Amino acid sequence: MRWKKPVCVLLLTLAGVTALAGIQRLLMPKYMGLVVEGNFTSEYYEETTPHDVLFLGNCEVYENISPIVLWREFGITSYIRGNAQQLIAQSYYLLEDTLRYETPAAVVFNVSAMQQFDQDNESYNRMTLDGMRWSASKWNAIRSTMMEDEHMIEYIFPILRFHSRFAELEPDDLTYFMGSGKVAHNGYYLRADVRPAGDLPVERRRSDYSFDPRAWEYLEKIRVLCEENGITFVLMKAPSLYPAWYDQWEVQIEEYASEHNLLYVNCLEVSDEIGIDFTTDTYDAGLHMNVYGAEKMARYFGPVLLALPGVKDRRGSVSDGIDLDSVWQEKCDFYDQMKASQEEEFAELGYIKQFYIQ
Amino acid sequence: MDELLEILNDINPDVDYETNEHLVDDEILTSFELVMLVTQIRDVFDVSVPSEAIVPENFNSAQAIMRLIGRLQEDE
Amino acid sequence: MSLVSYEFLAFFAVAAVLYYIVPKRFQWILLLAVSFLFYAGGGVVYLLYPLITAVSTWFLALRIGKADSAAQAYIQEQKPDKEQKKAYQARIRKRKMRLMMAGILLNFGILAVLKYTNFLLGNLSVLFSPEDGAVRQISWVLPLGISYYTFQTMGYLIDVFRGRYKPERNLFRFMLFVTYFPQMISGPISCFDQLRKELFEEHSFDGTKITFGLWRILWGFFKKLVIADRLASAVAMITVSPDTYDGIYVLIGMLGYTLQLYADFSGCMDIVIGVSQCFGIRLPENFQRPFGAKNLSEFWRRWHMTLTGWFREYIFFPVSTSRFCKTVSRLAGKLGMKKGSKKLPVYIANLLVWLVTGIWHGASWNFILWGLANGIVMMVSQEFTGLYRSFHRRFPKTDGKAYGVFEKVRTGLLFAVLLMFQYYPFGTVFVMLGNLFMTGRPSQLFDGRLAGLGLTAADFIVLAVGLILVLLIGILQETGSVRLKLAEKPLVVRYTAIFLLFVMVLVAGCYGHGYDASQFIYNQF
Repeated sequence: MRWKKPVCVLLLTLAGVTALAGIQRLLMPKYMGLVVEGNFTSEYYEETTPHDVLFLGNCEVYENISPIVLWREFGITSYIRGNAQQLIAQSYYLLEDTLRYETPAAVVFNVSAMQQFDQDNESYNRMTLDGMRWSASKWNAIRSTMMEDEHMIEYIFPILRFHSRFAELEPDDLTYFMGSGKVAHNGYYLRADVRPAGDLPVERRRSDYSFDPRAWEYLEKIRVLCEENGITFVLMKAPSLYPAWYDQWEVQIEEYASEHNLLYVNCLEVSDEIGIDFTTDTYDAGLHMNVYGAEKMARYFGPVLLALPGVKDRRGSVSDGIDLDSVWQEKCDFYDQMKASQEEEFAELGYIKQFYIQ
Repeated sequence: MDELLEILNDINPDVDYETNEHLVDDEILTSFELVMLVTQIRDVFDVSVPSEAIVPENFNSAQAIMRLIGRLQEDE
Repeated sequence: MSLVSYEFLAFFAVAAVLYYIVPKRFQWILLLAVSFLFYAGGGVVYLLYPLITAVSTWFLALRIGKADSAAQAYIQEQKPDKEQKKAYQARIRKRKMRLMMAGILLNFGILAVLKYTNFLLGNLSVLFSPEDGAVRQISWVLPLGISYYTFQTMGYLIDVFRGRYKPERNLFRFMLFVTYFPQMISGPISCFDQLRKELFEEHSFDGTKITFGLWRILWGFFKKLVIADRLASAVAMITVSPDTYDGIYVLIGMLGYTLQLYADFSGCMDIVIGVSQCFGIRLPENFQRPFGAKNLSEFWRRWHMTLTGWFREYIFFPVSTSRFCKTVSRLAGKLGMKKGSKKLPVYIANLLVWLVTGIWHGASWNFILWGLANGIVMMVSQEFTGLYRSFHRRFPKTDGKAYGVFEKVRTGLLFAVLLMFQYYPFGTVFVMLGNLFMTGRPSQLFDGRLAGLGLTAADFIVLAVGLILVLLIGILQETGSVRLKLAEKPLVVRYTAIFLLFVMVLVAGCYGHGYDASQFIYNQF
């Protein structure tokens, strides 16, 4: 009977740990309602085939370009690793994280994140970082962007952060207990509603237009990491009207690009060429593109990307024994279906229920 | 001894002081009663009990209190 | 470093592991180093005050001890006659008294200056220039736990003076007694001859002790995080604005404040004592189910016991048996107050103790009046003791269980009512009590004010469950240690019980994002 006690202890400990893991899962936000952005980071790991192009940045990338159109019309395989208020340091570590799985031919970084180095709302940090798989990159991403009252241990055991949700559990928490549903299209956040751009708040003049030195440092780190891995590094600025993109900033980015011989596309300057119509192509009055704007962006960017070394039309090809066409067909179907149902809902109601704040 | 029992009964008549050996531990004599007891011992036996002598061992039973009084009388 | 922070848990874990790794004779040195580190965490300046207290007290106590041994040697060698001996002893006593008073004046002086200067300045300025509202305040670096370690250290000095034990020769050992980190911030106030054995003994790893310690810590976390901190903001809202929260809310605020105070302070003690138990070091208890007390003076023997014990030992007994009280009592006797004269010393000492208790709790009139109110209630009930006894003799049925419960509830309520002096201005206490009785109605619970307190339905459920659990544990405790009982249960039961408690703290605890990290109430002293 000497084995009985240790076995009992072991079993009980296992049961305890399992129960705790279950409770933690239950209490973690599922991001399946009004806010779906918390699912983006983790969806990346479900990918089965590699990507030629990786987009990095904040909401200005994940809402502004459609990877589905890039595939359908140009055969470009791409993925957006962007999140709400994704800081430049987080972009760097997400790139590191991506390189553990694949090496894209090109990385496109949206430069608007240069204007703010420190996080101002911890829930953005959680949405970006919680979905990351554990690695040194995740650890470093947390350490470099954590707010003052955040703790590393609350990322290691997220229950410490989300425990108080016990009082506000929803049906979603059970429905998506085993895992959230898919919400994005290769990182793209689809919105088919329309809200024309109207008067935007007047931007205040700033006394200092220089970027935070730490932002420069991370931009350089991204560039060097790309260089080391033979990746073409491209800079872009999405065509968002707000927050403003100042000329003084533009000059600095242009200088950096030319210094390092990088391609830099400022979509604000070529928005006519892209064909963006701010009365129809934005869903929140000019801050972000809706699906119509994002598709136009993709059509503009397709040829630009195809001109980069290593970026090819992959239609009809096979990767590691997997037929890309069928993989992407599934993605296209999901996209078309979501787009159609949103369009229908918007036509009928004038808004989309999921995103409607009462 | 009788004098002491009289004082004790005056403080709380509901206790059998001749047998009880946990007067302090059972909180029959709390600090209020202890001090009143010490005051009266001073008046009746003419010994002053120093405050450091007010510890449970010295007051848990009537016998113990008598022993304390005896000791103090010797010291005087 | 708060006892309920991740930092403290990590600090404690590292300290505990090191404690059982280092050779046993170095264990106390490790504790000293860790205590210094803990205390210096907020800034090295903070360490200065306890070190001054430790060094000065250590030195003076040694001198007192020397005087004692000199006296013993003199008596043994010279064999003086009775008169000579008495005269010599008086001389020695005088010298010892001077040494003790030096220590007491210095250390209580530091405490008084640091804690009460602003209170004094405020009152003086009101007295001399009442229309000038702005009071200049001095911001001292107030070291944590100064009230606790000063009292503990002075208890030691007085004990050595009284010859209760020999002074400690090793300065560093004595420093550990003063700064032992679990207890330094908020007590319990220990006695040197008890703590010495625990601190300097060699402790081998004892799984049971450590398990029990951890269980106790968990229970402390439960009381603090699940109950006390959940009540905190609602209680603060009610007690701060008597105009908005009147009627039945006076009662709610009163009960909430009392429960919060209890859960907070006794929870803190559970953590402190549990942490210490993991080092194999037993600290004295500070609470013994106070809400099971049948009258107020019993309540105070079971609430913050080490502090009330200190006051009893070093103020109440010495003052009530002092020459001054003797004289006053004789005088009263001569004036014909035969009965009163016996009680006079007790009452004088009692009022003094409660005045000091009030001042100890905080430099404000609220606390002073609260202390005095307790003292007065205690004296009044003492006056009625005879009446109670004859009442019980006349109605023996009142010894039953129901009456026992009634007495406990009455005592708890009395304590709660007296606590009102801590948070309402003096006059307001009576106004609000009147208001409660005149206008308080249960229907006021549904007039929207309850919702304004920021507590959700879930919070109320958690509070109810938590308080019932505390009550049940309290009842279980009446027949012996709950942890011993739990340890006798089968493995599965034990694990499940602890696991459930852990989950409750983990999930329903008020900590982390969205909650302000709140200090323990009793850390402020």
